Amino acid sequence: MKNFEIHSGRAVVLARDDIDTDQIVPAEFCRRVVKSGYADALFANWRKEPGFVLGRPESQGASVLVAGRDFGIGSSREHAVWALKDGGFRVVVAAGFGDIFRRNALNNGLLPLDLPYAELGRLAGQVAAHPGLEVVVDLRDCTLRLGGKTWQFEVEERGRRMLLHGEDAIEAVLRQGDLISAHEARRPAWLPTVG
Amino acid sequence: MSRPTTLADKLWDAHVVHAQDGEPDLLYVDLHLTHEATSPQAFDGLRLAGRTVRRPELTLAVEDHNVPTASQEIADPVSRLQVETLRTNCAEYGVELYRLGHARQGIVHVVGPQLGLVQPGMTVVCGDSHTATHGAFGALAFGVGTSDVEQVLATQCLTLERPRTMAVEFTGALPPEVGAKDMILALIGAIGVNGARGHMIEYRGEPVEALSMEGRMTLCNMSIEAGAKVGLIAPDRTTIDYLAGRPHTPTGSAWQQATAYWQTLRTDRGATFDRTVTIDVSHLTPLVTWGTNPSQVVPLSGVVPAPDDLADPGERAAARRALEYMDLTPGTELRSLPIDVVFLGSCTNGRIEDLRAAAAVLDGRTVHENTRMLVVPGSMTVRAEAEQEGLHEVFLAAGAEWRLPGCSICLGMNEDRLTGAQRCASTSNRNFEGRQGDGVRTHLVSPQVAAATAVAGRLAVPADIR
Ligand code: SF4
Repeated sequence: MKNFEIHSGRAVVLARDDIDTDQIVPAEFCRRVVKSGYADALFANWRKEPGFVLGRPESQGASVLVAGRDFGIGSSREHAVWALKDGGFRVVVAAGFGDIFRRNALNNGLLPLDLPYAELGRLAGQVAAHPGLEVVVDLRDCTLRLGGKTWQFEVEERGRRMLLHGEDAIEAVLRQGDLISAHEARRPAWLPTVG
Repeated sequence: MSRPTTLADKLWDAHVVHAQDGEPDLLYVDLHLTHEATSPQAFDGLRLAGRTVRRPELTLAVEDHNVPTASQEIADPVSRLQVETLRTNCAEYGVELYRLGHARQGIVHVVGPQLGLVQPGMTVVCGDSHTATHGAFGALAFGVGTSDVEQVLATQCLTLERPRTMAVEFTGALPPEVGAKDMILALIGAIGVNGARGHMIEYRGEPVEALSMEGRMTLCNMSIEAGAKVGLIAPDRTTIDYLAGRPHTPTGSAWQQATAYWQTLRTDRGATFDRTVTIDVSHLTPLVTWGTNPSQVVPLSGVVPAPDDLADPGERAAARRALEYMDLTPGTELRSLPIDVVFLGSCTNGRIEDLRAAAAVLDGRTVHENTRMLVVPGSMTVRAEAEQEGLHEVFLAAGAEWRLPGCSICLGMNEDRLTGAQRCASTSNRNFEGRQGDGVRTHLVSPQVAAATAVAGRLAVPADIR
C-alpha cells in the first residue's frame, strides 16, 4: 500500500448526512470479483440526478470529499472504499463514520478524517470561498489546511501507522503466530468445526 | 474477587490473543462465515501474497447474496462468475461450501445458527454487516469488510479496539401481534442510525427473555442499523433448548461441560455499562418506516411526519429529502399507501417463525390484485420445514410466489431487483434509497404486517383485514 504522509488536492462538498454505502456503491456493482475499476460505480444512482455535485465539471479531479454527519453507514461492502479511491479520492472529511467503513478505509489507504459537525460547515465555506484552491492534509501533525485556516484532527494510532508507513496489517498479525497457537491450545475442545 | 463484568467484556476478554497498552487487542475468531459477494478479493489477496487459510475448518461459505431465487440456474454472466469464483476459492483453500441446491444452502445468518455452529461464548465474524444476528446466542459477532475477511482467513484473528458497552433494557410486556421487529425498530427510532456507534449492545429485560431464538435473532440482526458493532443476549434455557441436538452442537459429556460454561455467560450483578437505554414495550404497536433510513419510523396507525417538526436542521434536511424520494406528503395516513410489492424474507425475517406468522395472517385470504408478494425462505432448511408444515400451500393459494432461498430483494443484487418507482413493504432491514432497486421505495415492516399488507394492497395490520 502506498504510504500517506501529506496530501494536497481540491475538495468537493457533498453536504448530506448519513450517506450509506449503498449510495456510495449500489449493490449491482458489488457482483464484480475485482478490487479496482469501480469509478463508474461511485454514487452511480445519485449521478443520474441532474446537477449532482460530483458530476459537475469543477468537481473533476477533486481528491478530498467533504461530506456531512456519519459517512459510510450500513453495508460492510469494501467496494465503497475501492470506488472512492478509483474516483480519485484520498481523504473523506465527515463528522463521524460508520465503524466498518472507517476500518475499510484505513485498510486501503483512504483517510477518514473526523471534524466536528459545525467545523464541516466552516470548511465547506472555505472551499466555496476559494474555488480551485488545494486542501493540504498532513498526517504527520494531523492538520488540515485551506486558505489560511487550519483544523486539527485525530486518527486512531493503528490506522495512522498503517497510512504513514503503508504497514501490511496481515503480516503484523502473522508475526504473532506463536501467541495465536497458544490461544488455540487453550480453546475448549467442544467448540464446533465446520464440515 | 474480580470486578463485576458485562457479558460483552467477558466474551472479549476470553478471546484476547494478545493485549498491549495503547494498542488494539488481537482477538481470536471462533467461526468465520463467508459468501460470494465480499470474499473474492480476499482470496485473491491471499493468493497474491502466497498465504494459506490458517484454519479452513473454522470457515463456512454459502452462496446467498447473488443467487437466483426463481431457479437454480444463474443466467447472468457477471453473477455466475462471482458464484463460480467462490466455488473455485473454496475448493482451492479447503473451505466447506453450501452451494446453490445444497440441502443446507441459504442466507449466511440463517444457515450458521440452524446447524448449531453458533454457540454461546463464541466470536463470530463475517464479511457482512448483519453478523450481529449471531449475538442472539450470547456470541460476540460482528461484520467486517473484505480486507478483514482476508486477515481472518490468513490468521483467524483480528486486530481491534475494544468497543464500549451499552445496555438496552426492554421493559413491560409485549402486546399481541407486536414482535421483535417492532422492538428493534423502536430502539433505532429512539436512538438513531448512529446511536450505538462504537458500542456492543446487550439486550436485556423480560420482553427479550420471552422471545424465541428466531425473535432474538431478528432483534440482534438490526443492531448495525443503530450503528452498533455487536448486539447480544445472554444465553438461557431458550438458547440451550434451541441448540440441543443440532448437527454441530456438542454431545455427551462435552454437552454437559458446554452448557455448564454457557450458564456462566451473563453480566455480573453490579457491572456497569458505558450507556443504558430503556425502552418500554407495553404500548408498542406495529411500526413502519416512512423514510430512507431505519430510524425514520412511526406507528403504522400514524401519519407521515412533517420535517418542520424536527428540531435538528440536519435531520430536517434529511427528512425533506427522504419524503421527496419516497414521494410522500406530511400528514398522509400510512394505511392509505398502496403497495406494489411485498417481500417476506431476509436474514431479519426469513426464518420459520416469520413464515408461520405471515402464513397465519394469510391463511384463507388472497393477495390483493394490484400487489405482488414474494416469499423467500431464509434457507433450504427453512423452506423444507415450511413445506412440511404446509405453509407453502397457504402462500401459493393466496397468490404469493414461493421462492428458493437467498438474499433476493433485501439488497437487490440478483435479478429479483425491483425497477422503477415501485413501493415495497419489506420484512428486511434497510430502506436506503435504491436498496431494492434504483428509485424503489421501501417500507420496513414485520412479517405479520407484510402479510396483512399483501391482502389489503395497502399498508395494514392484521386486524385491518379480519
Ligand atoms: S438478507 Fe440482506 S441483510 Fe441479510 S445477509 Fe442478505 S443482503 Fe445482507
